[in-house]
Amino acid sequence: MKIIIGGAVEPGSTRVNKTGGWRNFKPLYHQDKCIKCGLCSLLCPDCSIEETEEKYVVFDFDFCKGCGICANECPSDAIEMVLEEK
Amino acid sequence: MSRLAPGHRGCAGCCDAMAANFVLEAVGDDAIVVSPTGCLEVMTTPYPESSWEVPWIHSLFENAAAVASGIDAALKAMGRKGNTKVVAIGGDGATLDIGMQAISGAFERGDDITYVCVDNEAYMNTGVQRSGATPYGASTTTSPAGKQSFGNPRPKKNMPAILVAHGSPYVATTSISYPKDMIRKVKKAVDIEGPTYVHAHAPCTTGWKFDTSKTVEVGKLAVETALWPMYEMENGELTNVRKVKNQKPVEEYLKSQGRFKHLFTMDGGKAEIAKIQAIADWNVEHYGLK
Amino acid sequence: MREKMTVVEGSYTVAHAVKVCRPNVISAYPITPQTHIVEDLSQFMADGEIPDCEYINVESEFSAISALVGASAAGARTYSSTTSQGLELMHEALFNVSGMRLPVVMTVVNRAVSAPINIWNDQQDSISQRDTGWIQLYAEDTQEAGDMTAQAFKVAEDKEVKLPAMVCMDGFILSHVYEPVILLEQDLTDEYLPKYEPEYFLDTKNPMTFGAFADPTTYTEFRYLQQKAMDNALEKIEKAADDFNKIFGRYYGGLIDTYKTEDAEIIIMAMGSIIGTIKDVIDKVRSDGIKVGLVKVRSFRPFPVEAIRKAVADASVIVTLDKNISLGLNEGALLTEVKSSLYNTDINVPVMGFMLGHGGRDIPRRTIRMIIDKAKDTMRSGIAVESEFADLRGDLV
Repeated sequence: MKIIIGGAVEPGSTRVNKTGGWRNFKPLYHQDKCIKCGLCSLLCPDCSIEETEEKYVVFDFDFCKGCGICANECPSDAIEMVLEEK
Repeated sequence: MSRLAPGHRGCAGCCDAMAANFVLEAVGDDAIVVSPTGCLEVMTTPYPESSWEVPWIHSLFENAAAVASGIDAALKAMGRKGNTKVVAIGGDGATLDIGMQAISGAFERGDDITYVCVDNEAYMNTGVQRSGATPYGASTTTSPAGKQSFGNPRPKKNMPAILVAHGSPYVATTSISYPKDMIRKVKKAVDIEGPTYVHAHAPCTTGWKFDTSKTVEVGKLAVETALWPMYEMENGELTNVRKVKNQKPVEEYLKSQGRFKHLFTMDGGKAEIAKIQAIADWNVEHYGLK
Repeated sequence: MREKMTVVEGSYTVAHAVKVCRPNVISAYPITPQTHIVEDLSQFMADGEIPDCEYINVESEFSAISALVGASAAGARTYSSTTSQGLELMHEALFNVSGMRLPVVMTVVNRAVSAPINIWNDQQDSISQRDTGWIQLYAEDTQEAGDMTAQAFKVAEDKEVKLPAMVCMDGFILSHVYEPVILLEQDLTDEYLPKYEPEYFLDTKNPMTFGAFADPTTYTEFRYLQQKAMDNALEKIEKAADDFNKIFGRYYGGLIDTYKTEDAEIIIMAMGSIIGTIKDVIDKVRSDGIKVGLVKVRSFRPFPVEAIRKAVADASVIVTLDKNISLGLNEGALLTEVKSSLYNTDINVPVMGFMLGHGGRDIPRRTIRMIIDKAKDTMRSGIAVESEFADLRGDLV
């Protein structure tokens, strides 16, 4: 792709870089324990937890780096970090 | 929710990414963001990619506030200002060390910008070197603990006080560990006309040396030990202080991070911890945290 | 409407030119001898004479140029002015402005650089910034300084250029002198200089990212594109001068200008206000039968290699005059770059150079006369000394 004069870059284009490959640990979601507080989605540094219409969450494993903040902060222990089998 | 697009190169558990997300949520799409050189800028804009979905510009390390002033002037001159917010998001070094002159000038002139300082207490992007925001006793690569050193020998520069002295109508401290607080304060800051400032404490897993999952937990300890007071200053008056019920001893905060572990192993470390406790106790008195 | 000639200070001529170029953001930090320009602009602002413009009183030159990065990236036409220490303080940001391809225009009121501190004219300041990727034009007199300002905006903003531009004028000699000039007319300037309409700018409707970091796999190409823009600027500078002539009826040269070079055996090359003195001396010595000509270098960046080769090819000796020095090489920049332009060609003319006028030291006609005599010696017996100070005081060293 040719350089735009001045080097201007299209918005949101880091999405081509799938940081999911960085993970060692992966979040395991126990929906039955989830109290739908939305905290995990709010905190995720990598925009990898989205709330559904029912306010449960889905994880985007293309980008999740496995930091574990969601599991550490979940008030109802609904997320567990497990070693990912590759 | 407005936030950074994923795929950025921030560490797992990155405080800067969280801070940027909360700022973007607070300001919305009608904003132009300026960042100085630093972790946030580098990790979000490796050519030809960018995580930003609002118009964004990076110039140099020390001039984010001046660039923001220029954008504000241009929008006004060309009649394009409308409700567009001009927001600078930068690290501690870029804001209160090398960027001190530019932010002082912008605030003295009363330019209509909001500056959010993401304070991870060192020059992180270049390898965890000491900045004017590094707290007393912290080990960094240019203020390391050693046979003749307990780490950084100076307390944090009180940047909020400096900008209050410039007459800013709104200055607030917050923490990425309290996202709703941060979003509320940033939103308030951008809605107030004139130069406003939000200083966000941001625990850095790589620089402070703690597990990636503990970013929020460590930040909460900073507040709960009164080492990081959370307050708002409106037109120079202290308002809306977050009280600290059951103030925890500073040891709980210090032992959660590798950058303070020398205080627990060295001779004389206890006396240093006592000095840090004194800083926390002073905060309680000075800001009325009880 | 043709304005009558009016006698005003050189700084006023420039400030007025900036005004009629319709800037949107002006940033200003005072430094002698630029102050009158920013003061005059400030008075225009106070009197409401510059519509759609904001004037920022910045707290240093670094912020002066940085504010213009933001403003220009937001789509504004931008202007500042500085000199000497101020320009040096901007050094880091100058690369940044050029690398981001922002067409900022700045008047550099040439002044010597500290240490020792000195407020008088030489060209060390702008010459020391010649690698930063800014177009650099040098004015001969105050009329040209004003005219050049409009031409600088036109060239800088051209879609095939998009580089920032410095208009260099000798401090005090041009900034503080009163000369009869024709101030640029607003209606003619509007005809000459179209509105600034960049394709990409900070825009919430089209949110692009500016200033990303380029790793080793892409950085080179950015530099290449800047050089290409400089190459394009060669033609655009000529055209801007021609178009200016068509509308305003004045022509000071394009990339270079020549004076009595057609049959010249000795060709003097110089930049800036010294041109006037040289022309006076040339007229006098021609009547004594010495065939001297002058090449005025108007554009130093981009350096007009082809134009210079054409102009000097038939001379017997070339003498460059430099109000600057490259310490460690003992040459002024014009000497070095002229020699470099002629090397590897079949133009075999000896080139010698004099450094003079540092720190505002006056250059009287007898100094030029002395230089011409030395050139005559070179014609007879070859170069004795390739580069030296023309005006060194033996009583001090």
